[in-house]
Amino acid sequence: MNEISEHDIIVVGGGAAGLRAAIAAVQADPRLDVAIVSKVYPMRSHTVSAEGGAAAVIKPNDSLDEHINDTISGSDWLADQDVVEAFVREAPHELIQLEHWGCPWSREPDGSIAVRPFGGMKIERTWFAADKVGFHLLHTLFQTSLKFETIKRYDEWYGTKLLVENGRCQGIVAIELRSGQVRLLAANAVILCTGGAGRIYPFTTNGAIKTGDGMAMAYRAGVPLKDMEFVQYHPTGLPGTGILITEAARGEGGILVNKDGYRYLQDYGLGPPEPWPRLRAMELGPRDKLSQAFVHETRKGRTFAGPYGDYVHLDVRHLGEEKINTKIPFVRELAHRYAGIDPVHEPIPVRPVVHYMMGGVHTDVSGATPLPGLYAAGEAACVSINGANRLGSNSLTECLVFGARAGRHAAALAAQHPPRDRAALAAQARDEASRIAATFIRKDTGAERVAALRAEMTRAMEEGTGIYRDEASLRKTCDVLRELRDRFPSIRLDDRSLSFNTELIAALELDFMLDVAEAVAHSALARTESRGSHQRTDHPRRDDTRFLKHTLAYRTDAAPRIDYLDVVITRWPPAERVYGR
Amino acid sequence: MPDPTITLEIFRYHPEQNETPSFRRYEIPYREDWVVLDAINYIKDHIDGTLAYRWSCRMGVCGSCGMMINGTPRLSCAAFLREYYPNPVRVEPLANFPVERDLVIALDDFMHKLREVNPWLIRAHEQPLSDGEYRQTPDEVAAYKQYSMCINCMLCYAACPVYALEPRFLGPAAIALAQRYNLDSRDQGRSQREAVLSSEDGIWDCTLVGECTVACPEHVDPAGAIQRAKLASTIDWYKRVLMPWGGR
Repeated sequence: MNEISEHDIIVVGGGAAGLRAAIAAVQADPRLDVAIVSKVYPMRSHTVSAEGGAAAVIKPNDSLDEHINDTISGSDWLADQDVVEAFVREAPHELIQLEHWGCPWSREPDGSIAVRPFGGMKIERTWFAADKVGFHLLHTLFQTSLKFETIKRYDEWYGTKLLVENGRCQGIVAIELRSGQVRLLAANAVILCTGGAGRIYPFTTNGAIKTGDGMAMAYRAGVPLKDMEFVQYHPTGLPGTGILITEAARGEGGILVNKDGYRYLQDYGLGPPEPWPRLRAMELGPRDKLSQAFVHETRKGRTFAGPYGDYVHLDVRHLGEEKINTKIPFVRELAHRYAGIDPVHEPIPVRPVVHYMMGGVHTDVSGATPLPGLYAAGEAACVSINGANRLGSNSLTECLVFGARAGRHAAALAAQHPPRDRAALAAQARDEASRIAATFIRKDTGAERVAALRAEMTRAMEEGTGIYRDEASLRKTCDVLRELRDRFPSIRLDDRSLSFNTELIAALELDFMLDVAEAVAHSALARTESRGSHQRTDHPRRDDTRFLKHTLAYRTDAAPRIDYLDVVITRWPPAERVYGR
Repeated sequence: MPDPTITLEIFRYHPEQNETPSFRRYEIPYREDWVVLDAINYIKDHIDGTLAYRWSCRMGVCGSCGMMINGTPRLSCAAFLREYYPNPVRVEPLANFPVERDLVIALDDFMHKLREVNPWLIRAHEQPLSDGEYRQTPDEVAAYKQYSMCINCMLCYAACPVYALEPRFLGPAAIALAQRYNLDSRDQGRSQREAVLSSEDGIWDCTLVGECTVACPEHVDPAGAIQRAKLASTIDWYKRVLMPWGGR
């Protein structure tokens, strides 16, 4: 550990938020050098899997207030309204910026941007590039980032620890996968853009890399995780694999039917079913309500039973082959390959699947965390535009708006060149290298396997912190997670080598996931109300008197300490969420 | 009847431990709906934690999990065991690349070449964002869309016989990406990409075998992109040499 790599800013994560942050930082101040540290090559980041689109007001029939209103009611009034206003205001600028960088947005015949309807949105405002929007957005950002020579990349470096010295975040420790060496990277500011943590659940749309690394690193550095109990189930994943079938399938006119061919959503406050398609109604309701309706249908025995659990049908046949090929070709490809059906001729089997964490690292509207020098953006962060339920197509835009904001604010801080405590950082990094070696590489005792503990964790999360929760199941999940934490030191790796030790990375990821899972379960246990995606069968009503507040979970050696923070309400006082009418 | 099983023969190589590669056989449960990646994950989780490979999205879009499967470059998340059962499945790292370890190849060469082709939109004059989007009709989008679908999975390089012999060859994906921007009506940077495209390691190295297009899981048709680039470059040459007075 002799070398210290020094940069002005380190961005951890190379997805949409991280790339946007890095570009914003070097554009704000070209004298700064910015490093992107990512555990995968940036074009592998999970942004790539986003399908349906990105929301921003662009059409004359739309307005900023409509987008704000949809987002706030979608959030069940848990979003901070000042932040939502900033988000909606800056969203069109960011999507046009992506257009200027080459993103192949789908177009109207006159060459202007085309938009499509999405769930919970009263006016269609979702920009799209067929149904591989995340892929195009990510590759556009990544390729654009290549032209900035002041952006340096550390591809396939895995961050394990934030370095805090003198009350400021001054860098990270990371493992270079190729060599297996533990390295110190120092900086004036660190921006966490590491994505969500869907992999704490067994059935998720999320890729293998979504293990909450940045959330856990911040949590361990004393930064609270905010609103972690709010976990979004996307209503339409393929049974078995959990592969996402985009909401755009319904935006384009697809319907959900139970085993009797009945559009069951009309029984859950989302109807009437006709006329269709209709915005903020039926299949274009918000994701939390659609996933909850599925559970009730199952209890009534009106869903199909399959080898991978119950399912319903997503039917797009009436759209016709041409529209399916133009607007949702990836849906056709995925259904064909992974479900063995052609949606032109057959309905697609779907069920709710863990998709997105509304919660994350607590930040303010600039992406700054309470720890000086530390920023966060994208799914890793909770800047709080999503509240208790995110609307589809707000998350890609969120990565851009708040990635850029975090990048600019980090640049302003970094340009002041605060002094670095190099000796102390080096000592911390040596300790971290010793910890990793002692816990995993040089340890020849213990009998626990990474995969086995991981499977027990995901099962406990599904059983206790699913679509519906209650005190007894949550307490049991909390107990299981504590027991797994106690067993974790008994992990013994098959692989004790250095180069590309993916078993070591999996163990470190599991270590992080256990922290994130505990924050989710304990935050859910403490919130004795139902709001958005957090539904307590023992507390079925929203309770604005006690819980118009954000949950803040602080890490301790025992259970997380839970605190609360008032939601910012500006012009939209809490009201009933009304859909269908 | 016992539960059916299938055998995977997996290429193993660890630079810290082995001088030469070897194959290891794993017998695992056969499931009709499993892809090769599921089988490899089963081995990693239950039998041998030392196996190294890359994967993430398991839905054919992140481009991480390319491997040689029975000698053909495939995404292991899109190759089903049932295509091979009951025969064994032989899994190797992508051909034509240095191996870091087991099924993990070194991507440095491609990452360098990608940067070489200037894969970003180049404009003589940037329109201010406040003036809105550049107009582009659906037909103009269609002109380059296919070449924008590349997921950088490297299957085309593993399939390319020219790259196998001449690693300096720019290669199918990098050329297709250059064409993706050259054909974009918003772009004005073709001349800046021309030097690298028509260099001795550029488009003229391609011998038109078309294996890249066969291997491509995203139907990008890199071979078509290379042919179009050759044509455009030739027209440029004729314009320059035969019609020096002819404008640009």
